[in-house]
Amino acid sequence: MATSAPPAGWRSRLYRLDTKASPYAYIAPFFLVFAAFGLFPLIYTGWLSLHHVELGQSGSGTWVGFDNYTSLWDNQFFWKALRNTFTLGVISTVPQLLMALGLAHLLNYKLRARGFFRVAVLAPYATSIAAAALVFVQLFNPDYGMINQFLGHVGVHDIRWDSSKWPAQIAISAIVTWRWTGYNALIYLAAMQAVPADLYEAAALDGASRWRQFLSVTIPSIRPTIFFTIIVSTIGATQLFGEPLIYGGGVGPTGGTDHQYQTLSLYMYDKGWQVGQLGQASAVAWVMLLILLLIGAAQLLVMRANRRKLGG
Amino acid sequence: MRTSGRTRRTAVIAVAGLATCATLITGCSSDSKDDAKGDSGKSSSGEQITLHIGDFGSFGYDDKTGAKLFSEYERLHPNIKIVEDNVSDGQQYWDSLKLHLQQNSGLDDIQAIEIGYIAEAIQPNLASKFVDFKTVKGFNVDDWVSYKEKEATTSDGKVIGVGTDIGPTAICYRTDFFKQAGLPTDPAQVAALWNGDWSKFVSVGEQFKAKAPSGVAFTDSAGGLFNAVLSSQSAQYSDESGKLVYDSSPGVQTAWNLSAKAIKEGLTAKLQQFDSNNTWSAAFKTGKFATVACPSWMIGQVAANSGPANKGKWDIAQPPQAGNWGGSFLAVPKSGKHVAEATAFAQWLTAAAQEVKVFQKFGNIPSNKAGLADPAVQNATNDYFGTAGAPIGKIFSTTANAIQPAPIGPKDGTVKDIITKNGLLDMEQRGTSADKAWSNVKAQVKDKVGE
Repeated sequence: MATSAPPAGWRSRLYRLDTKASPYAYIAPFFLVFAAFGLFPLIYTGWLSLHHVELGQSGSGTWVGFDNYTSLWDNQFFWKALRNTFTLGVISTVPQLLMALGLAHLLNYKLRARGFFRVAVLAPYATSIAAAALVFVQLFNPDYGMINQFLGHVGVHDIRWDSSKWPAQIAISAIVTWRWTGYNALIYLAAMQAVPADLYEAAALDGASRWRQFLSVTIPSIRPTIFFTIIVSTIGATQLFGEPLIYGGGVGPTGGTDHQYQTLSLYMYDKGWQVGQLGQASAVAWVMLLILLLIGAAQLLVMRANRRKLGG
Repeated sequence: MRTSGRTRRTAVIAVAGLATCATLITGCSSDSKDDAKGDSGKSSSGEQITLHIGDFGSFGYDDKTGAKLFSEYERLHPNIKIVEDNVSDGQQYWDSLKLHLQQNSGLDDIQAIEIGYIAEAIQPNLASKFVDFKTVKGFNVDDWVSYKEKEATTSDGKVIGVGTDIGPTAICYRTDFFKQAGLPTDPAQVAALWNGDWSKFVSVGEQFKAKAPSGVAFTDSAGGLFNAVLSSQSAQYSDESGKLVYDSSPGVQTAWNLSAKAIKEGLTAKLQQFDSNNTWSAAFKTGKFATVACPSWMIGQVAANSGPANKGKWDIAQPPQAGNWGGSFLAVPKSGKHVAEATAFAQWLTAAAQEVKVFQKFGNIPSNKAGLADPAVQNATNDYFGTAGAPIGKIFSTTANAIQPAPIGPKDGTVKDIITKNGLLDMEQRGTSADKAWSNVKAQVKDKVGE
């Protein structure tokens, strides 16, 4: 035993260290990346929002407390952006999810070339926002766009898709809907395929129609998935940015000449990068985060209540 | 459900990762610009160095479409290699330049600064990052037209840039439409119609409208008219101290009232200049308007947008009042590795001889007095315009010499954007009343600059 082998106690300590510590080492990369690109910007933005900081200014700015937040409260453009974010969110998310549900239901049938269709619905999602927005800008051009030409044939003339508030918001939500419907449809499809086939058989034996089956079997079975897509879409809608920016062209950052479709993200961008008031822009960013947390909490409560009702 | 959540997050992380990489790569490459060749700022003649010049749009220096000034300088200085880092969008260029200045990294040896941003660049926090040309051998403020270098001078007297071009503004007009509307077509007669007063220009618009060919507006955009009128005013957005006074400035009021009147009378084609959907540029070809305010750099736009089919239909006349709209400066960041060489190169590029070469190739009007007076500039004509080639050299240099300098301030660009894009364009497109539009402008200026 008088060899140079390390004492047994040392060895077992090393072994214990390995089992205890190495898992942390394995997950460390995620936390490091998260700290660098998630947590740090979050906290730094919060710190900036309490200061008066200008883009291009050296030094760290002056402490202003909650001034940036209180000035938002009195700011008509902030409220306008908040309202626009809400209306754009509703008119882009609700039709999008309903269409996705319908699309998923169709794709769930045994179709010819099902694989092709499943890939095809995902194609818009793979398109870049910029490319999609530019195509829609051409389609919705009030003077020579295809949509107004078509509407002209059915007697609706000269809709100002670029400057009138609701037409512009509808055009922008069309871009969002076009891009995300397929993505959500695939998520629904995956959930639908996990619904046991015997449920449908039993329902069919009870004489339920296809529509009845959809309402009473499919929807309840994929309820958690629906909640998930609602949450994700809400987040996406709250952060809506690229579509209105590119759709607006030269007046993109202010969301139209009269802020008709300026979202909170655009307002933040305008404040931060066009005007250079980083402190105020950071305050907008934090307000957006708080709004998302509030919506998330509300959705969670609804989901809980729903589960309780179902006796889960 | 979990999986899809993760997929999305992975996608997001992948995108974020790519973006980070892209940032890092550009970051690295920009940093290495200075390190690429040569070890230090020591400028022994035999040492090989690379000078990077950062600019936007087209400066007309490059070897492909420009005046081949880079290769010429490389021939004169065999130890120097020149690389141009060009960004097409002027605003994006300036935004990232500001960030680079703040971080003192990613800067080129020479950075171009557009006139719209020069007042911001001469503020102490940015001006301190640039070489003061007053301390540079061979630099003389009086080499440039009087107002040019004044704009690049800080409140404590430093000069942070050398002037490239200026934008004396004339009026481009369609002779065929003028003829149809019963107006004269000869440049001298046309200029006489509105000589001395922009309000006469609007009156001519009313005459034009009375007999205008259908579907043709008098001028392209209220924003363009506003900029042209304002550029000829001695009181603009800011006072001598750089403080915003747009609300009480007689110049802004004149320009606003005339533009609002033009909108109300239906004299504008309701377009937005340089809009990204190209509606404005397409309207040149389809002939939607009869006039456009033409700074010297605009004549290239008019020719390119109107296309060869409309050659000879446009002509250029003297403006009601002389104004300057546009132009740029070259500045040298102090943090560069080859400050001395970069400064010398910037001086060479903006010397009379080189500015004349750029004009001949590209049409940019020299801001250098000797360059402006050069026969090659004075006698220049442009074939695209007029019946026998318009004497653009004479028109623009006459205007350039008549321009009265106006004080500028760091917030001018922001106010200009709000007035033209959110004020006038809103009136044109949505029929907002002038009073309402002006109060919108004031509210937005207050929101953005707090004044």
